[in-house]
Amino acid sequence: MSHLVLLIPAALLLGLLGLGAFLWSLKSGQYDDLDGAGWRAIQDDEDETPTSPRND
Amino acid sequence: MSCCLPDAQSASGASGTPSGTPSGTPSGSTDRDAILAASRDLGEGVVESHFAVPAVHCGGCIRAIEKAMAGLSVVQSARVNLSTKRLSVTWRRNAVDPASVFSALERLGYAAHSVDVDSARGDPALKRLLLQLGVAGFAAGNIMLLSVSVWSGAEGTTRDLFHWISALIAIPAVGFSGQAFFQPAFRALKGRRLTMDVPISLAVLLAVGLSLYETWSHGTDAYFDASVTLLFFLLIGRTLDHVMRERARSAAAGLQRLSPRGATILDADGTRHWRAVDAITPGDHVLLSAGERVPVDATVIEGTGDVDCAIATGESLPLAATPGTDLPAGAISLSATLTLRATKPANQSFLAEMTAMLEAAEGANPRFRRIADRAAEIYAPAVHLLAALTFIGWGVMGGDWYYALTTAIAVLIITCPCALGLAVPIVQVVAAGRLFRQGILVRDGGALERLADIDRVILDKTGTLTLGQPRLVRAGDQAPDVLALAGALAARSRHPFSRAIADAAAQDDQSASAPRLNAITEEPGFGLSARDEGGAEIRLGRPTWAAGPAHADAGGVMLTRDRQPLACFQFEDTARPGAAGTIAWLASAGLQPEMLSGDQPGPVSALARGLGIASWRAGQTPGEKIARIRALQADGHQVLMVGDGLNDAPAMSAADASIAPGTAADIGRRAAGFVFLHTGLEAVVAAIRTARMAKRLVLQNFALAALYNAVAIPLAIAGYASPLVAALAMSGSSIVVIANAMRLNWGGREGEARTNSPTKRRTQSVQEKTA
Repeated sequence: MSHLVLLIPAALLLGLLGLGAFLWSLKSGQYDDLDGAGWRAIQDDEDETPTSPRND
Repeated sequence: MSCCLPDAQSASGASGTPSGTPSGTPSGSTDRDAILAASRDLGEGVVESHFAVPAVHCGGCIRAIEKAMAGLSVVQSARVNLSTKRLSVTWRRNAVDPASVFSALERLGYAAHSVDVDSARGDPALKRLLLQLGVAGFAAGNIMLLSVSVWSGAEGTTRDLFHWISALIAIPAVGFSGQAFFQPAFRALKGRRLTMDVPISLAVLLAVGLSLYETWSHGTDAYFDASVTLLFFLLIGRTLDHVMRERARSAAAGLQRLSPRGATILDADGTRHWRAVDAITPGDHVLLSAGERVPVDATVIEGTGDVDCAIATGESLPLAATPGTDLPAGAISLSATLTLRATKPANQSFLAEMTAMLEAAEGANPRFRRIADRAAEIYAPAVHLLAALTFIGWGVMGGDWYYALTTAIAVLIITCPCALGLAVPIVQVVAAGRLFRQGILVRDGGALERLADIDRVILDKTGTLTLGQPRLVRAGDQAPDVLALAGALAARSRHPFSRAIADAAAQDDQSASAPRLNAITEEPGFGLSARDEGGAEIRLGRPTWAAGPAHADAGGVMLTRDRQPLACFQFEDTARPGAAGTIAWLASAGLQPEMLSGDQPGPVSALARGLGIASWRAGQTPGEKIARIRALQADGHQVLMVGDGLNDAPAMSAADASIAPGTAADIGRRAAGFVFLHTGLEAVVAAIRTARMAKRLVLQNFALAALYNAVAIPLAIAGYASPLVAALAMSGSSIVVIANAMRLNWGGREGEARTNSPTKRRTQSVQEKTA
């Protein structure tokens, strides 16, 4: 029984962490342009690339 | 896919210069005001503006555009969104300079137009659905973890503890995520209708209620996992459904707006200022530059010029406007600056009238009921009756009313239409995604269901079967030097005839090098004149103007040197690529294609012969088109209308299903269930095929769901539906249904690859080949 006291909160915490990460990614606009994100990942870095205007 | 969009746009004889681009608006301030009105204030004097750039299609486009924007001093930051095909730019309010953005994009070869930031804003309904989905997913995962422990043998206080923790997670999760179903279910019940949401909500709430009671009374069976997993699966279906409709909506919004946002008003004292369309009152004097659209219905008071009224008449030949000519809202001035007097306010103008007519036609249609709702109307009473019988049966036979109640609720939980709720949306999402990759936008799932049932097709002529773009007849018969001369002159004008001549001259290989011409002037409504190297006057235009009144009966356009005819050009409309193949397919599929056109019988019958259409009617008014559709419907037919013009819009909403090209008037696109962005007419075939395939899969999914119920219901009635059985059955049936829907994607990759090539030219050549 005693190990459950530790394990259940740990499981819930990990789950909440995942949920939090999802909510954060949703809020920071990472789902706004799923097609473009794929292309951007394979582009070379360039200093003069303009920064993104945040929508939120 | 949309890399072909600019082509489709230039195909509509009129929209060469989108409203809002600088080439059409000489006064920069006008444009600035329009952009500012559509921008969003970010505070501290910074505003964000959005531009639709329909041609972006890959990472190279993103990079080229963002690099070009970084080079503009007025732009603070710029970002391209590839999904929505939009460029968002931030700049200081007092430094807003749309002309520089447009010309930078033009140099890269991208057509662009300004869009409202509000229409481009992230969609709050989607965010809410994703949030609900995330919460349900989190809850489902954790409760399932606890449930597995219970199933594998947790007992006594441990089991009670697990049940209580499950309850603590499930109750808020159901309360929050379940709203996506509870609210529509409540509305449906209030309207005395039964939709799929009603049995879903009932099952979820009863499952939570029963489980709470079980937990409270230290019982063995809690269905928390079933209720939350159910919500999670159904929310996936609902979110995908929403994404599909949103994507089609935003892609359609990215196409050009045909109704202008505002216009330059000329005050009595001669000052000019920009005013939004809604603020224009009858009597206002409007200054209309070449390339701009008429904001509200108006009369010409000064100036002469060609005006493209295709939006109103559906016919592509321009109207010669002189003082006194009435122009409908949405018409474009092609060649001259005109001064207009507004005759009607925006809410009574031609566009608004057509919208009202459209709504009337829609309202007169018998209400179409979605397949899922029709299924729910049979399904929900059946399972509720079954649950009631189970309750009475166990109660009367066994005498244990508590056991009877739990068994009855278990029946409701296990029959909850999880697979049924997914069966329709998942297929439609996959079908819409497949069509989207072929450049076809689906307005909603209902449009797909209706298209699958059609058995008659009616097509409009101009702009639908044809490109609505005149082409020079027998260009090869003209002497090369004459064609080159005409081409050199015609290149200066935006009149559709001039563009046809210029195109023909540019394509003619033997053409002599273009002769040098001086003092080229355009006489709006008449033609072009110039002096050649020898000082002779060259004219290209109306025969009476170019050669004198003696040639009044000559049609087409005449080229003259010092009033002596050199050549006479005749024009015809080009058939859309793939039109003949599409008609042949429709005829072989037994859909009896029929052409209804507002045009004269001559060109209509010629095109009908050329394309092999057996049945056609010329000179049809919008009302007659509706009457024809109603007559077919009265005979029990389901009619598909393929049209583009504003004049087709009411007929399109009267028909059971409708398809419009991307070049259609926006009101036509709004009326249409499907919009295709490529030039080729094969889209009609692809849409019908996919819709039929989707219908077959939906019915298969219903059969699978029924099979699952046939196994599960007897178990539940007999009292064997433990939470473990419920969880397994539910997940299993959902996965089977989703897998079946995916077959739609696997089956058609080859056919799709043909119309979905990465570059514009390849797509077109392929389309021509298939034609």
